[in-house]
Amino acid sequence: MSEPLPYRSSALRLPRRGLTIAPATLVELGGPVYGHDPVLPGDADLTQGHSGEPLGERIVVAGRVLDTEGLPLPDTLIEVWQANAAGRYTHAGDRHPAPLDPNFSGAGRCLTDAEGRYRFTTIKPGAYPWENHDNAWRPAHIHFSVFGRSFAQRLVTQMYFPGDPLLKWDPIFNAVPDAAARQRLIAAFDLETTEPAWALGYRFDIVLRGRAATPMGD
Amino acid sequence: MDTSTPPQTVGPFFTLGLGGCAHGDVVDPARADAIGIVGVVRDGAGEPVADALVELWQAEGCARAATSPEGSFSFVTVKPAPLPGADGATQAPHVAVSIFARGLLSRLVTRIYFPDEPEANARDPLLGQLDDAGTLVAEPEGPWLRFDITLQGDGETVFLDG
Repeated sequence: MSEPLPYRSSALRLPRRGLTIAPATLVELGGPVYGHDPVLPGDADLTQGHSGEPLGERIVVAGRVLDTEGLPLPDTLIEVWQANAAGRYTHAGDRHPAPLDPNFSGAGRCLTDAEGRYRFTTIKPGAYPWENHDNAWRPAHIHFSVFGRSFAQRLVTQMYFPGDPLLKWDPIFNAVPDAAARQRLIAAFDLETTEPAWALGYRFDIVLRGRAATPMGD
Repeated sequence: MDTSTPPQTVGPFFTLGLGGCAHGDVVDPARADAIGIVGVVRDGAGEPVADALVELWQAEGCARAATSPEGSFSFVTVKPAPLPGADGATQAPHVAVSIFARGLLSRLVTRIYFPDEPEANARDPLLGQLDDAGTLVAEPEGPWLRFDITLQGDGETVFLDG
């Protein structure tokens, strides 16, 4: 195998027709008004909330949410979910025979601060096998969901770790055609974010695209 | 140059991350003008998609729902007001929709229009440019509206660029 194989789940799900160019509307330019339970400071620490600490390598993942002009996006809801250190999700659909960790649920969330910054404490997720092709393994990753300021900015993506040898073979990572864009999915090890004698730090900035934030007609 | 972070699939286990923000309704169902919208997401073989995430976005609020094992979703919302569009045109009332699923690298975007607005729909700039605008107009079903989403193949829903 010399290059990544296709992402098999796409076969019956990807539309066959091209996308229709739609005129933007005020709906799509407006900010999200989402109902949610209050976001608590503890929600950003995935290692807490259980009777003990989860197994695995404790890490901090921090960064900023920006738009393509470089402006920070404050008060934006970020949600993350991930496998445990053994590569198993706390989800009934995950049949990978790796151990569940009673001290790790694998979900967190936070709001960005006034400068667009966020910070999660978690454990490094493990790689895990999947059924896409023979001997297929997903590289370690953390799922990110970001609301942004407008419908056009809504983003769901995955964050990867630097130097992961599995990235080369991963159909999902490599489905992003542009090599430079793929690099933007890989966090950077960051000594500034690293907490001495506590946790390695990774930096992952998220840049949201989207149409200009000024509503038409204004 | 595009410097944005590319999207990746939501994967099969996204319900883990929905936590405190998984409400299926845009507005209080007790509102007098509340409208229920139901639908099924199907793939290119006509099979229900049991692991999709459907989000509605309109001026009155946002809501999202994971599809059931039968591929179905339901929301309670209200019909938005008509909105100004480009060049003075008026857009018919509609709700913006995102669909995320395993197998989709990026979300799919579409719109729900309302069947009791034939005149506004006829003048809508987007519906006017489509051959199959019908896939974007919900159908009455008793007291509800039905908006099925076909990801691929016969009856494929019209999906929009962003």
